[in-house]
Amino acid sequence: MAGFDKRVDTYEQALEGLTDGMTMVVGGFGLCGIPENLIARVRAMGVKGLTVVSNNCGVDDFGLGLLLKERQIKRMIASYVGENAEFERQLLSGELEVELTPQGTLAERIRAGGAGIPAFYTATGYGTPIAEGKEVRVFKGRRYILEEAITAEFALVKGWKADWYGNVIYRHTAQNFNPAAATAARTTVVEVEEIVEPGALEPAMIHTPGIYVDRVIRGRFEKRIEKITTQRT
Amino acid sequence: MALTREQMAQRVAYELRDGYYVNLGIGIPTLVANYIPPGIDVMLQSENGLLGMGPFPELNDVDADMINAGKQTVTARVGASIFSSVDSFAMIRGGHIDLTVLGAFEVDVEGNIASWMVPGKLVKGMGGAMDLVAGAENIIVTMMHASKDGESKLLPRCTLPLTGRSCIKRVLTDLAYLEIEDGAFVLKERAPGVTVAEIRSKTAGQLVVTGEPPEMKL
Repeated sequence: MAGFDKRVDTYEQALEGLTDGMTMVVGGFGLCGIPENLIARVRAMGVKGLTVVSNNCGVDDFGLGLLLKERQIKRMIASYVGENAEFERQLLSGELEVELTPQGTLAERIRAGGAGIPAFYTATGYGTPIAEGKEVRVFKGRRYILEEAITAEFALVKGWKADWYGNVIYRHTAQNFNPAAATAARTTVVEVEEIVEPGALEPAMIHTPGIYVDRVIRGRFEKRIEKITTQRT
Repeated sequence: MALTREQMAQRVAYELRDGYYVNLGIGIPTLVANYIPPGIDVMLQSENGLLGMGPFPELNDVDADMINAGKQTVTARVGASIFSSVDSFAMIRGGHIDLTVLGAFEVDVEGNIASWMVPGKLVKGMGGAMDLVAGAENIIVTMMHASKDGESKLLPRCTLPLTGRSCIKRVLTDLAYLEIEDGAFVLKERAPGVTVAEIRSKTAGQLVVTGEPPEMKL
């Protein structure tokens, strides 16, 4: 199975080949299911001029917010700025190029990129500022806009368990954008909580088949929670 | 008296039907989950990939991998399913959600909605809102009728960048429940103790009032 053994031992190996100006698609929703160690490694590498495709941009001091703070991101494709003050500030001041994309359109653009579909029509965003300059076409009396697929040089993905073959399963809602992200890049790197022996994962339960995955690394995760809400709060 | 946020949620909850799949936006819509009428079972969809959102966890059960679209820690109820963002928006865009409740900065008489940015001042991003309003047939917007300075948010034409065009038919504000028909807001119910005159003075878009619209029952 040597040719299928996707395991790497260090984060240096995991992101080898990532250089200035590249596009990365990054899984996660808020801080849930983000590849936090891979992001920290990107920060340590100091690569600059990155285009980052991710639903959110972390928070000021965690996740992709770290790369924002170090000015490593030139262009951000995301659906939600929300409570990230530095993101909003760089956006409003024009320091950062931002392409705000509806969340479902973002997911589908990434999916299409991985599936070899160059573009698709969606009703989402018709008649709004995000439709400006986009082709409009009518199907069965309704107007749709043309949205283009997204592909990237690197995908940074957070899984729960992977086997040596790079088959991945995700845990609970930490799945989110991760499986789509895994399909859409030339080099897909998955960091997981546990690497299991070949055969340990039930084939029908695999979320991301190993064909999409190039490198797997086991990490230790802080898993920071943005808003702890309980029965008592 | 204008409705409180909790009362607005309570009023929206009367629109729930047994067997509905429902998406609740951030803010007042989230509170609707606290007022599901007895005998009615609904499945709450959270667009980060959860169908069948349960109550908040006990402190010991908080799990970083289990959140809702508002990034709050939640649980999954019996009958729930968890999936990717791609699948989540296929449900939304494909028209499979029975009721969507979301907030807005402005709505207008054409059914347009603005909810995601104030140019030069504030950018929240649209998140899933553009997909939700494009994909759902049945949408209720919950919002304040007017700003703190008394400026109407129910307009002849939205002034802020749109989230969706001609997609809103029902609006619940702190003062009234209205429906949008033929280029006008039609007053259907008043908040208890709120007069038609007050609603009229705070509605900049054309308002149609037929007879004496009843007070809401809460």
